[in-house]
Amino acid sequence: MSGIAAIHLVENALLVSIQDDVSDVEIIDLQDALSRRIAEENVRGVVLDISALEIVDTFVGRVIAQLAGISRLLDAETYVVGMRPAVAVTLVELGLYLPETRTALSLTHALSQLRRG
Amino acid sequence: MPCPSCGVGDPTDPSAYVAVQSISLQTSRDVVMARQAVARALKSRGASAIRTTRFATAVSEIARNAIVHGGGGEITIGFDLASAYLMVECRDKGRGIADIPQAMVDGFTTAGGLGRGLGGAKRLADRFEIITEAGKGTRVRMGVKV
Repeated sequence: MSGIAAIHLVENALLVSIQDDVSDVEIIDLQDALSRRIAEENVRGVVLDISALEIVDTFVGRVIAQLAGISRLLDAETYVVGMRPAVAVTLVELGLYLPETRTALSLTHALSQLRRG
Repeated sequence: MPCPSCGVGDPTDPSAYVAVQSISLQTSRDVVMARQAVARALKSRGASAIRTTRFATAVSEIARNAIVHGGGGEITIGFDLASAYLMVECRDKGRGIADIPQAMVDGFTTAGGLGRGLGGAKRLADRFEIITEAGKGTRVRMGVKV
């Protein structure tokens, strides 16, 4: 896996910034790596920063939804932050509503939700 | 030749389209290259963020299909100056699609995916056409007005 997605531990959450040139193979690797880290570090949440993503297609959308499902089973919440309006419009047209994820407008907002939770 | 019934032109025809780029589709990295090339082509022609994202997403879906279902292929991007349409043609040499109406329905999948890619791509493009023949592969043409 290239340096596409470094995973940072911030407070009680794992923070990942997904890069715009992420490929299908790399995002599956990221899902595996994150699942391991959630269990190892006993975190309360995962924050996926997708502000760099110009597109989220059905493959990436499904991986995000699956990651949220995995996190929940491991007792962590998944927040998606920084979704561009164009990406939100497109996801709805594709019929992907990501019901397993919680969205937050910013990283600060996501972390404060996790602190309260 | 443009298809008279649907108005979907052939971006590989140099007499009608300005060649933008052709990309061989073999790996998931090539899907990234294809969608980024389309996004660049649209932005450089002044397309809005929403139109760029919608069409680049459609291209990502069909480029991935060519790899997953078609065993690889090629995508050609062309621009029609007269109509201001950016067109792509994605070709593979896979086994073809047996039942196109069924394949377009959201939720139908043969490879364990979400089954939203093909129908989604059609909704996200202004022009859309599939030509497929059993054993000979599939060709998808899509266009967006810039």
